[in-house]
Amino acid sequence: MFRKITLTAVSALALTVGAAFAAGEGPAIPDVDFAHEGPFGRFDQFQLQRGLQVYTEVCSACHGMKFVPIRTLADEGGPMLPADQVRAYAAQFTVTDAETGEDRAGVDTDHFPVSAMENAPDLSLMAKARAGFSGPYGSGMNQLFKGMGGAEYIHAILMGYEEPPECAADFESDGYYNKYFAKGAIPDSCKDEHGHSTIEGSWIAMPQPLSDDQVTYADGTAATMDQMSMDVSAFLMWAAEPKLMARKEAGFVSVIFLILLSTLLYLTNKRLWAGVKGKKQA
Amino acid sequence: MAGIPHDHYEPKTGGEKWLYKRLPILGLAYDTLMLPTPKNLNWMWIWGIVLTFCLGLQIITGIVLVMHYTPHVDYAFASVEHIMRNVNGGYFIRYLHQNGASLFFFAVYLHIFRGLYYGSYKAPREVTWIIGMLIYLAMMATAFMGYVLPWGQMSFWGATVITGLFGAIPGIGEPIQTWLLGGPAVDNATLNRFFSLHYLLPFVIAALVAVHIWAFHTTGNNNPTGVEVRRGSKEEAERDTLPFWPYFVIKDLFALAVILAIFFAVVGFMPNFLGHPDNYIQANPLSTPAHIVPEWYFLPFYAILRAFTADVWVVIAAEWLTFGIVDAKFFGVLAMFGAIAVMALAPWLDTSSVRSGRYRPMFKWWFALLCVDFVVLAWVGAMPAEEPYATISLIASAYWFAYFLVILPLLGVIEKPLAQPATIEEDFNAHYGSKPAQGYAAQPAE
Repeated sequence: MFRKITLTAVSALALTVGAAFAAGEGPAIPDVDFAHEGPFGRFDQFQLQRGLQVYTEVCSACHGMKFVPIRTLADEGGPMLPADQVRAYAAQFTVTDAETGEDRAGVDTDHFPVSAMENAPDLSLMAKARAGFSGPYGSGMNQLFKGMGGAEYIHAILMGYEEPPECAADFESDGYYNKYFAKGAIPDSCKDEHGHSTIEGSWIAMPQPLSDDQVTYADGTAATMDQMSMDVSAFLMWAAEPKLMARKEAGFVSVIFLILLSTLLYLTNKRLWAGVKGKKQA
Repeated sequence: MAGIPHDHYEPKTGGEKWLYKRLPILGLAYDTLMLPTPKNLNWMWIWGIVLTFCLGLQIITGIVLVMHYTPHVDYAFASVEHIMRNVNGGYFIRYLHQNGASLFFFAVYLHIFRGLYYGSYKAPREVTWIIGMLIYLAMMATAFMGYVLPWGQMSFWGATVITGLFGAIPGIGEPIQTWLLGGPAVDNATLNRFFSLHYLLPFVIAALVAVHIWAFHTTGNNNPTGVEVRRGSKEEAERDTLPFWPYFVIKDLFALAVILAIFFAVVGFMPNFLGHPDNYIQANPLSTPAHIVPEWYFLPFYAILRAFTADVWVVIAAEWLTFGIVDAKFFGVLAMFGAIAVMALAPWLDTSSVRSGRYRPMFKWWFALLCVDFVVLAWVGAMPAEEPYATISLIASAYWFAYFLVILPLLGVIEKPLAQPATIEEDFNAHYGSKPAQGYAAQPAE
């Protein structure tokens, strides 16, 4: 009896937690099959390098990544740039030295610069701070197989610019309509009598950043908007979670070890109790 | 002490005798490890080990994290990122600590509900139960303050909302809130004292755990039948029990290994599943998140806190009777702490002479409903404060109080319990057949 109650309650609780966090508002974010998703997912090193290029040539005009040390571009499980390229990348920035107070060329132990534009959010953790497939809170067990959804969210935003809906024909805004952006301004003409929005998305301050062939990839990959957007999303996922691959490997080894340990303990336990228990009768 | 009769430690070698005269610490360890334990304990009796493990895990990972963490509003968030990116294995240690809190609460809820079903709280184990409730309260305080330390958006706003509860106390509320925060709002002083207390409380919990174990080692474990171990003689007791080592140590370790396999899968493959994305945004006092939701383990009591709004008749009645001193906000706070208080009072509210729910036909169903109620409360706790969730949370909160204050006292009077086995041995043999272990009283040969 109690076993049934427990199992039911536990599974209900697990589903509740998942469903509860899925309850965020906002349009459904389309899933993208990134290489880094699932228990065995690994970052595509070349995709991260292309993403770095998009970040450097497009995003970094306004956004920064202040928590990411430049040297980690050479790290295992990241873009794995050669050391000389990393030093050259760092040298393009001018940094005020913390000790001497003088300006100098950047070195690889410096971090990426902070946002150049005051209200452009820092992108270091964007892929973890906006996780989710249906709204900002992720849904259920998706994370195990499809990732947190943060990279998908960024991809959706970058691809989500459209002509504003008809109800906003008279809406004067400094922003731009994006059908996946939930947190922005919405004109009253697009709300029902309860104040709920009747449209998907809202107005975002960032103009559409990407267009086809905006960058030229060194590896010859066609720089379509979709491709660039996926590359930079994967790159930002790495920037937010640089140890993702190491973590999954450690998790995998731990689980294998614990399954082995469980098996041995199960057999020990069975043998130990065999001297006490007779044949099970009920 | 009227413990279960069993063999005690006898120092054998010269060195042992020397130490035993001065400090009988080996005797204490022996008696603790060889404690006679009811042999019919089922798999719901493994959560104690899981909880002990969790406390150890949190303390050890926590001590390492503190080596790299900076409790200052300007550096806290960045120092956590430093742990995640630069410290060797730091990402894993931090994810273990973060998810370890969830495992801790998951285990404690199953541990508490096991006690509620099998009547573990009843005489003579009331003190064990009360200490357990104190541990649970200390755990909640520790977890809450720990969640503030990364200084993300949910840390900041969670701290603002929860300390605001104390501000709801009439008259003295505001000074208390200011005293807790170290200022008019959540700021550096708050972060510093929460850090200090977050480091202190786990050791208080460890001490309480020692007393908790001492208490139930004095009374003996409860067991699924609720029937006490026979204590007339050592031989009699040995027919009902087995020594904790090795029988229950190995059993518990097996269960722990299985649970840890799942736990490490979560930490390795989806460590942010139970967290809020908003906490990866640095705290910003000028920007309130759209939804401020506590961690999942607080949701049931958070739902009770929010359930009693100003339009509920009991709130209106309370406000009228107290000349407005108890308003809806304060009523919610009282209800939340009251929900835990009534649980702590279960030993005196349950009037049934039968301990285990296994032999209580009506109780079973009310208890099953309480489990459902707990899950429903967790669910509505995560939902926005609007219909239909407001009504559901009010009904669910009402049932929580009704279970402890009305149903438990009444059931003892009206329920006709089933026949209980005379001894633990009888129950055990009914399941597994009789096959006495070596060294135990021999059965007559057939």
